[in-house]
Amino acid sequence: MYQYDAIDKDVLADRAAEFREQVDRRLKGEITEDQFKQLRLMNGLYLQLHAYMLRIAIPYGSLNSTQMRKLAEIGRTYDKGYGHFTTRTNLQFHWIKLKDAPEILDHLASVDMHAIQTSGNCIRNVTADPYAGATADELDDPRVWSEAIRQWSSLHPEFSFLPRKFKIAITASAKDRTAAKAHDIGLMIRRARDGQLGFEVIVGGGMGRTPFIGPTVREFLPANRLFSYLEAILRVYNRHGRRDNIYKARIKILVSALGREEFARQVEEEWAKIGPAGDLPDTEIARIRGAFAPKAFDVLVNRSEKYEAALATDPAFARFARNNLKPHKRAGYTIVEVSLKGIGDTPGDATSEQMEVVADLAERYGQDDIRVTHEQNLVLPHVRLDDAHTVYLALAKAGLGTPNINLITDIIACPGLDYCALANARAIPIAQDIAKRFADQDRAELIGELKIKISGCINACGHHHVGHVGILGVDKKGEEFYQLTLGGSGAEDASIGKILGPALPADKVTDAIDTLVEVYLRERHDGERFLDTFRRTGDAPFKEAVYADAH
Amino acid sequence: MPTLIKKGQGDDFAFADDAFTAVADDQDIPQGDVIISLARFQTDGDRLLSEGRQIGVRIEPAEEVEALAYDLPRLAVVALAFPKHRDGRAFSSATLLRKRLGFAGEVRAVGDVFLEQAGHMVRCGFDAFEAAPGVTPDQWAHVVHRHRHVYQRAVDARPPAFVEREE
Repeated sequence: MYQYDAIDKDVLADRAAEFREQVDRRLKGEITEDQFKQLRLMNGLYLQLHAYMLRIAIPYGSLNSTQMRKLAEIGRTYDKGYGHFTTRTNLQFHWIKLKDAPEILDHLASVDMHAIQTSGNCIRNVTADPYAGATADELDDPRVWSEAIRQWSSLHPEFSFLPRKFKIAITASAKDRTAAKAHDIGLMIRRARDGQLGFEVIVGGGMGRTPFIGPTVREFLPANRLFSYLEAILRVYNRHGRRDNIYKARIKILVSALGREEFARQVEEEWAKIGPAGDLPDTEIARIRGAFAPKAFDVLVNRSEKYEAALATDPAFARFARNNLKPHKRAGYTIVEVSLKGIGDTPGDATSEQMEVVADLAERYGQDDIRVTHEQNLVLPHVRLDDAHTVYLALAKAGLGTPNINLITDIIACPGLDYCALANARAIPIAQDIAKRFADQDRAELIGELKIKISGCINACGHHHVGHVGILGVDKKGEEFYQLTLGGSGAEDASIGKILGPALPADKVTDAIDTLVEVYLRERHDGERFLDTFRRTGDAPFKEAVYADAH
Repeated sequence: MPTLIKKGQGDDFAFADDAFTAVADDQDIPQGDVIISLARFQTDGDRLLSEGRQIGVRIEPAEEVEALAYDLPRLAVVALAFPKHRDGRAFSSATLLRKRLGFAGEVRAVGDVFLEQAGHMVRCGFDAFEAAPGVTPDQWAHVVHRHRHVYQRAVDARPPAFVEREE
């Protein structure tokens, strides 16, 4: 993991001091609420329905056990003993007092953490592959570039007051676990025929009320030219992105209005003028790369007798292994997904005790490395197969052993109307109800990979546009209704889901999901996921079944 | 009248007398040094300059500083407007004026000039600020110097972290 040096630590300390001063000036009335709003947002502090919410950055979703324990402590001291992991791989505390915020930032700074740019119209936390450094199929470690972008984008003098927020994702694997094509910029690490490292640059994806799968603006950008190219994109956007309408201010609208070719032409023209002076020196990339040097893995054989024995004797563990363990690049190791989607729980929530359990396991069995996924789960990326059963038992004891990664109960949901001032409808109770309906693990596994994503309003924080099944809360004359979209995907086969039909009242949603599943099980060919079947059959059989009662 | 704060040769800030009159498009142009709109400069600029005055041009966020490329050596001031403090286009305009167009005159922040953005402005090459009434040069300097380190190259000469680390 990257270790903050004296400079990085100074930056956090100065930022915390700055915010303390700003809060003080606000409390004295020296700055207006409108002015303060921008400042507090850039420090992750939102005013929500019931209280302030503090969104803490987990840069590229990567943290160590000390940091996780600190989050647990903050949750216990300043919140109600839990926190919420978000689709941006950040952590939100929903019950914060304004006067405590500067103190919390000091706590965070003590473990090299912060809330910088987790909100506001600036460059936000970078999303990276949660399996970085552990998966066999990556071309490079995306964390190297993510950390370099974290530094470059922090308190950027020119790009901190953009038309709207700006999100970057990086993946180096063929299997995209970052939803790169739904970001303002998606960077997919590629290798040219001559072996040169570079990026495919995708710009203008996004969700919200106008969803887009981002088009490729450049097929191959040499890796050492990344920062001048980012500068070019951001400058074109800062100058020409719309500022007259908050809903049309994201870069996706600019890219779509200009067209991919014209947008790319403007970026290339700007890039040519910037030249290599805008790039980071190779020595700095090398320094950061050193921090992510491969761990000292033990040399093991692929087969662990201990693991095999546990599989044979503990069926619950066998089920967990089937769904939550993923192949590691090193023999004898595995990637452990820790589901934060316990049946009936709030997706993404973890109690302080659970955070501490994960921290302990990471320290003892996981090379002190923890990741957060954009699907609101945690990952222990480097666990020996020999230790997998022990880790599972400890997780299960803490209520973290739910074996449902990528299954129908592994639902993404935004906080919705239970917390959020923008929401039209609740998202969490819908997720809980669906999870309870599919609590039977045999049935869930029979159904296989099925991604349900729920947003409580059109801002789409729950990524419903890219759910295999998306659920969008809408307000109909004061009542909560839910619109279903089918066929979306946020992965390498990205697509925007299609609206199935009229919105349903809350008490009909779970039945409708059940019906969709029944149609899928009836229609599917061997090996097809729900998404594949839907793409083959189209929406007709699904629509007919869900709306049968209405006819 | 807003108070003009100017950056000195070092990183010092002081109140300065403002020799320029800001002239709106519907006002007659008075005697002396003036700051006028881009449109007005394009029609009346040559005449005003031939009268031996110092001229400044006010650029709105939607206007491109490149439009001034050939006139910059004749201008004393480019005033970049912040209609709202969160409209960040002027940061790009200032950067381009300094880095790409080589403008050595005064780059002035006008409009909703917010103290908390002082650091960003200085880094992007602004050196004069029509700050809100009540804001002092000391406050301005304090905000500018609040951060001991920076991560990026910008218009100012501050070494970014990756250069500091080499030393």
